[in-house]
Amino acid sequence: MTILKRGLSRRRVLQTGMAGIIGSGVAPLVFTKGAWAQEFCNNPTGDTVVFGLNLPLTGTYAEEGADEQKAYELAIAHLNGEGDGGLLNVLQPSALKGNGILGKKVTYVSSDSQTKSDVARAGATRMIERDGAIMITGGSSSGEAIAVQGLCQEMGVIFMAGLTHSNDTTGKDKRRYGFRHFFNAYQSGIGLAPVLGDAYGKDRRAYHLTADYTWGWTQEESIKNATEGLGWETVAAVRTPLGATDYSQYLTPILNSGADVLILNHYGLDMVNSLTQAVQFGMRDRQANGKDFQIVTPLISELMAKGAGESVKGIFGTSNWHWNLQDPGSIAFTKSFGAKYGSPPSQAAHTAYVQALLYADAVERAGTFYPPEVIKALEGFEFDGMGNGPTVYRADDHQCIKSVLVVQGNESPTSEFDVLNVFQEIDRDTVAYDPAIFGGELGEAEPVPMCA
Amino acid sequence: MFEVIFLQFLNGLDKGAAYALIALGLTLVFGTLGVVNFAHGALFMLGAFCAVTVRMFLTMETVTVDPEKLSPWGSPLEIREPLVQAWFGDFGAVLVNYSVPLSIIITIPIMLVVGIALERGIIKHFYKRSHAEQILVTFGLAIVAQEVIKSVYGPNPIPQPMPTDLRGAADIGAFLGMQANIITYPIWRLVYFVFAAVVIGGVFAFLQFTTFGMVVRAGMADRETVGLLGINIDRRFTIMFGLAAVVAGMAGVMYTPLLPPNYHLGMDFLVLSFVVVVVGGMGSLPGAVAAGFLLGILQSSASMNQVKAVFPGIDQIIIYLVAVIILLVRPRGLFGRRGVMEA
Amino acid sequence: MPKFMSRNDLLLFAGFSLVVLAMPIWLAPFGAGYPDLLQRFMIFGIFAVGFNILFGLTGYLSFGHAAFFGVGSYAAVWSFKLLTLDAIPAMIFAVVISGLFALVIGFLCLRRSGIYFSILTLAFAQMSYNLAYSVLTPITNGETGLQLTLNDPRVLDAAVGQGFVGQPVPNLLGQQLSGYAGFYFCASFLILGFFIAQRIAGSPFGMMLKAIKSNQTRMQFTGFNTRPYALSAFVISGMYAGLAGALLAVTDPLAGAERMQWTASGEVVLMTILGGVGTLVGPVIGAWIIKYFENILSALNDNILARFWSFLPEGVADVLVKVTSKFVGDGWHLTLGLAFVIVVIFLPGGIMEGVRRVAALFRRSGSSGAKTAPQTQPAE
Repeated sequence: MTILKRGLSRRRVLQTGMAGIIGSGVAPLVFTKGAWAQEFCNNPTGDTVVFGLNLPLTGTYAEEGADEQKAYELAIAHLNGEGDGGLLNVLQPSALKGNGILGKKVTYVSSDSQTKSDVARAGATRMIERDGAIMITGGSSSGEAIAVQGLCQEMGVIFMAGLTHSNDTTGKDKRRYGFRHFFNAYQSGIGLAPVLGDAYGKDRRAYHLTADYTWGWTQEESIKNATEGLGWETVAAVRTPLGATDYSQYLTPILNSGADVLILNHYGLDMVNSLTQAVQFGMRDRQANGKDFQIVTPLISELMAKGAGESVKGIFGTSNWHWNLQDPGSIAFTKSFGAKYGSPPSQAAHTAYVQALLYADAVERAGTFYPPEVIKALEGFEFDGMGNGPTVYRADDHQCIKSVLVVQGNESPTSEFDVLNVFQEIDRDTVAYDPAIFGGELGEAEPVPMCA
Repeated sequence: MFEVIFLQFLNGLDKGAAYALIALGLTLVFGTLGVVNFAHGALFMLGAFCAVTVRMFLTMETVTVDPEKLSPWGSPLEIREPLVQAWFGDFGAVLVNYSVPLSIIITIPIMLVVGIALERGIIKHFYKRSHAEQILVTFGLAIVAQEVIKSVYGPNPIPQPMPTDLRGAADIGAFLGMQANIITYPIWRLVYFVFAAVVIGGVFAFLQFTTFGMVVRAGMADRETVGLLGINIDRRFTIMFGLAAVVAGMAGVMYTPLLPPNYHLGMDFLVLSFVVVVVGGMGSLPGAVAAGFLLGILQSSASMNQVKAVFPGIDQIIIYLVAVIILLVRPRGLFGRRGVMEA
Repeated sequence: MPKFMSRNDLLLFAGFSLVVLAMPIWLAPFGAGYPDLLQRFMIFGIFAVGFNILFGLTGYLSFGHAAFFGVGSYAAVWSFKLLTLDAIPAMIFAVVISGLFALVIGFLCLRRSGIYFSILTLAFAQMSYNLAYSVLTPITNGETGLQLTLNDPRVLDAAVGQGFVGQPVPNLLGQQLSGYAGFYFCASFLILGFFIAQRIAGSPFGMMLKAIKSNQTRMQFTGFNTRPYALSAFVISGMYAGLAGALLAVTDPLAGAERMQWTASGEVVLMTILGGVGTLVGPVIGAWIIKYFENILSALNDNILARFWSFLPEGVADVLVKVTSKFVGDGWHLTLGLAFVIVVIFLPGGIMEGVRRVAALFRRSGSSGAKTAPQTQPAE
């Protein structure tokens, strides 16, 4: 935020001065050998602590990013004891006091990741090195989340993932310093398949269109496995580039392919475009194999449903959370968010808000910002009241295990935000799975890597 | 198999119509003024945002806040009253419904002014400078235009619904006497194709059958001689730049229901349209149109699953591949005149 | 050549090296004295110096140089994954691969000139980008980007029995290359790259390239085959781009397809033009300015602006905050675009020409009989 925020600390002057004198050859020797063993990256010494918000404010997931930003601002206000306190009042158990974190006021810096992994990583580096961010959070694509998570592991900074739904984030590419509250594609498959079986029968032929990156791949795989378990057949799975806009060339082959279900493994604008175009192609009025042609959107949020308008009516998908839930946590958050911004929060906003609070709470419980201690406080943490029922931060893969919602496009919305109905809540025991199935290694928390 | 190919052919025509329209304007500018205009995509984008603006005005609402009642998410309830419907009743509703085609009426004068201002203000000074400098200045202008749009309209696309009567798909198969429900295609895409054909035909007729067009064509062929005949060719060329901007703008307006416009729409189309122009032959109007359709159809057929099974990834690169081959084998493009920027 | 280097060249080189090495000190007051940005200054400086060898000397405007940058990154990351975490083999590997890549593409593209050359390079770069993004996913890991993992083979490291804990990061003979160490590593390459560019510009080879720019046809009529010269320039410039890409992967071991997109190629064009095409220092300055503003201007927000304008009456300040906020933060590209258009229209020689004009102005007012300002080369 501020250009000269950190000023010239003694260490920095020493570093730069010496570096300048010594020149290129010898300098590296001085800085890397644990000269500041007691320190860790961006140890907050003043009376404030900085969160680094890495948000897609432009690009395919820009709307989710904007909603996340609102949620983070709200969360930071609540952590500092401003506003109505939101979920601080309902988190069980809670060590939060509403006076910042460990008495330090929370501030933030943000960076536009443009829904691109490369840019996200550069932004995170900047926020850690220039702005002294103690924790990086946000991200609205799994590509971004995995790229930034790897960086955070190198830098020794905790990453609280925002909206990322790929199995890889806490599977193959999991990291000790990365944590995810959002659910994943595998859980979507477990939750969605029985509902699809009941609604559309056991004898269906599915055609997948898949966003061509880590999230799309894992969702395609998970949904394919889940639906084939029902007895469905997969006709074809076609990859589309992330951020594609015209889907006509991908949609026409479906019409006479013998498929009677279209599964859209898209998100954000991709989904808005592919879904509306599929409807323009008359897919929802078609008959195939003597049945009504159906469209399924395994991961959907109210922002996208709003964007797709009419097209989304009656369509099944899954969500991490929905503002219409009636538990005290959801009601408190929706009220707090709605009063400030005039619209209900999306699932992206919810997971962002909760992640900020969970990090703050873990620091309070650990009594220090020292990342390995905070990691220990988060691992295996059992909590409740955040709108998803009883939840556990699983120690083996840093994945939150909680209930999952199956949602359906609202046939008769009462407002522009009332576009999804919660069809079924799948409890957490059903969607829990063995973390070993995805492989990957968390890596070590110590020795703490030292950022520059 | 026939229906798959036929549908992809329709897709190709549809894409090709968009490419041809943009390439046509680009070629008009290059053919008349000899300027390589990297800002042409931005003109397409500006046209699209004319449609957005018209709809914004047509859907203005009065918002009354009822502080007594609360919405389900806890903010005061807002009651919205659409203004145009309140003033004009059913006619207002029709206006809103047909906002996209209606915007064309407003887009034409706006784009004409934008085009002429651009030519007189900046492009004019670059006639004598190298093509590289022309590329650079228009590339800069394109960045400025897209950033201005971004700061006014925000980074997110703004969906423009098509008129309700033109939604959904038409059963072309049944129309042609085949089995029903096999070959269906979205009505608006067919409308776009027809629209493109009309515009392209109009531009050609204008150049072919009017005195103005004749002079311009003569000027394209030999600017100096026409000037010596005492004809003010510069004024006409300025108007041609305006015309090119109008064609790009209209293409943008009609494209909005297919693709919600956002600020980098122009850049997305820019590279493609240049490839189209080069394939058709720099400066050749029929070439631009033919190459537009050709590349559209090639791209669609390359994305058929059967083709991709043989050449994985071909759908991603086919257009560039064709461009590279044509440039290497026949540098003046399909229809290019001999000697235009050849080397 | 009678002497190894003229006195002026030597002074320029020494001055340049000093400015670069002292960057952490003199940039700190401008809020840019942190390693990540400094590394980027070096990396994009190398990229721009290399681009200028092609565009500045021969006049061939390539819109596809980002492809070589990306290939360099991918090659470096693969070297980290397969061979060793040491940076040196990765750099060599990256430069060789991107050089070969440039040789093939350059051989084809240089059959044409002018706009056709630009479109050809653009088409090749877009093909590379689209393939990296889709079917080449096994090599590039698509959108997610290629990253290092704990269970990469790293045969050379394994052969010497080197193990480690935590996240694998590139190093130089065992020294980590993050932070300021990374900066000095990159800086030494920028200085080396600058030196080579300086030598090229002054050599007979460089003269030949400039002759291609000023009149290729005449060269051909005199019986010269210009293509081998242009191709050498293309390959050298591609190798610079590959080197820059490799350095980016060294300082941050992730290679993403975005860095190959044509807009990334456009960025290096902007850098070169803004700084001053055809000059040695200009492109580097252009790169620094763009990267500086990308990082600093884009971080300004309304609060900071409000503080900046707070000395004015409230109403005026509010208006100014509103207006200026369009040009900073998310809108900094607008500033960039405007600056670029102004430079192309009024100052075709870029910032370097501006500096020269100002300098000439001073000289003239100082001693009235001084020589006229040096003629600047227009772009292309």
